[in-house]
Amino acid sequence: MEDIAESGVVIGARGPEQGVDQPEKTPAKSIAKVSVGGLNFFYGPRQVLFDISLEIPEGKITALIGPSGCGKSTFLRTLNRMNETVPNTRAEGSVLLDGENIFDMDVVQLRRRVGMVFQKSNPFPKSIFENVAYGLRVNGLVRGVTMAEVVEKSLRRAALWDEVKDQLHKSAYALSGGQQQRLCIARALAIDPEVLLLDEPCSALDPIATAKIEDLLLDLVSTCTIVIVTHNMQQAARVADHTGFFLLGKLIEFNRTDVIFKKPARKETEDYITGRFG
Amino acid sequence: MRFRDYRRKFVNIVMLSLTGVCALVSVSILFFVLGYLLVHGWKALSWDFFIKLPAPVGESGGGMGNAIIGSAKLLLIALLSGVPVGLIAGVYLAEFSGKAVGFTVRYVADLLNGVPSIVMGIFIYTVVVLPMHHFSALAGGLALGAMLVPIVLRSTEDFLRGVPSSLREAALALGASRWRAIATVVIPAAGRGITTGILLALARVAGETAPLLFTSFQSQYWSQGFNQPTASLPVMIYTYAISPYENWHRQAWAAGFILLMLVLIANIGARLLLSRRASPARG
Repeated sequence: MEDIAESGVVIGARGPEQGVDQPEKTPAKSIAKVSVGGLNFFYGPRQVLFDISLEIPEGKITALIGPSGCGKSTFLRTLNRMNETVPNTRAEGSVLLDGENIFDMDVVQLRRRVGMVFQKSNPFPKSIFENVAYGLRVNGLVRGVTMAEVVEKSLRRAALWDEVKDQLHKSAYALSGGQQQRLCIARALAIDPEVLLLDEPCSALDPIATAKIEDLLLDLVSTCTIVIVTHNMQQAARVADHTGFFLLGKLIEFNRTDVIFKKPARKETEDYITGRFG
Repeated sequence: MRFRDYRRKFVNIVMLSLTGVCALVSVSILFFVLGYLLVHGWKALSWDFFIKLPAPVGESGGGMGNAIIGSAKLLLIALLSGVPVGLIAGVYLAEFSGKAVGFTVRYVADLLNGVPSIVMGIFIYTVVVLPMHHFSALAGGLALGAMLVPIVLRSTEDFLRGVPSSLREAALALGASRWRAIATVVIPAAGRGITTGILLALARVAGETAPLLFTSFQSQYWSQGFNQPTASLPVMIYTYAISPYENWHRQAWAAGFILLMLVLIANIGARLLLSRRASPARG
């Protein structure tokens, strides 16, 4: 309760300042889907995110890079309030989804609009069909024949349909690692999220499975906004329209991907990208 | 070799043999008991034993049909009363409780598990039998149910904690509420383990005699409903074993054999159920 009240105050305070910051941080053309202002995050007494402000453009892929422990995953997990499942955590600042503060929203509503795919594929111990149908069932979205249609559509969107169409009722654990990760993407897509968060989705996959997921992201971005955390700078360069560089809990630089990789404004970014550390 | 070397070798051999013998004794007790029960009870084992009422003193034949049904009734009441409480409390412990509350509940449950079963019987006698003014299957079942609670609670908690948190997060990220995630993902993922725990707990209390002596008491007849005293296998064994009649002794042995077999089957079934879990459970 306190958090919400606090963040409410901060929005007001941040509003105008953000307006000033905005033009130099994001290209003027794109519209912000998620707009983060002055975000601080704490695990108990330890602060792990410091005054993060950025605008995630709609219908684009935004990559977050940085060394391990820099806070990029924590930041991503703040966007659908997944961090709230960890006890003794606290967020300050504002995160606006289409202009609405997510800390004031019903958390179930928020997570329906902002889907998430985790680092390690985590299918449910259920059939492939039931995995994809889960989000539809818990949200009471569709039933009966439509359910089967939505499941098929989601599996197609995740480029998995052709591989699993004959074994929809087999256990999801029968799939390979790459297939399981695409199943998790299909599961997230089934409830038609506006934003899809991916937390190092390819870190456990081989290059072929990784390439499939990257192709998939490039296809998906026409229908939803994508934010991907990655360790792999080549991956960010390949798929992302915009890239943010995190270091020690701070957002050092955020810009178009080509600018970040070719002409970074900050020395820290350049050092990281050229492999001088990290 | 010197004396000290001989002594060392001797001590070594003696100690090794001792550990081996003790290990052998521990596992053979079960087979001795089984064999003994079978040798003494097999004559009384017949179809009649399962379906007939006990024969009056002096007559041969008769069975323990009422005690078998009675034990089943008692276990049913125990299952219906004790398992839900233990199960839901286990869910609370694993999923919701804070450190202090969790520690307290867990500690108290372990203490409750250690309460002598006869004390549990007196407790149920006081709170159920006395107000009702008579012994009943209900009271006996509740006594067994009270004994189930801590066992089911602890095993449920353990198996739920074994479910990877990534599954909880996946469900929450899809817009499931917390209880929905627990009910539709976490509990099913731990389902086999939880069932195993319940089976083992039932097998454990099925042989309890002390809590039944002054709750369900005993009966020579078929018990009607749940509001009357009822015969049960453990109490029947007790009554028959201390009687002076040869025929009753044999039947007590047979009843012991049946009871032990039921417990063994439940145990083996539970282990099988659990070992099948190995395939889908993955990091």
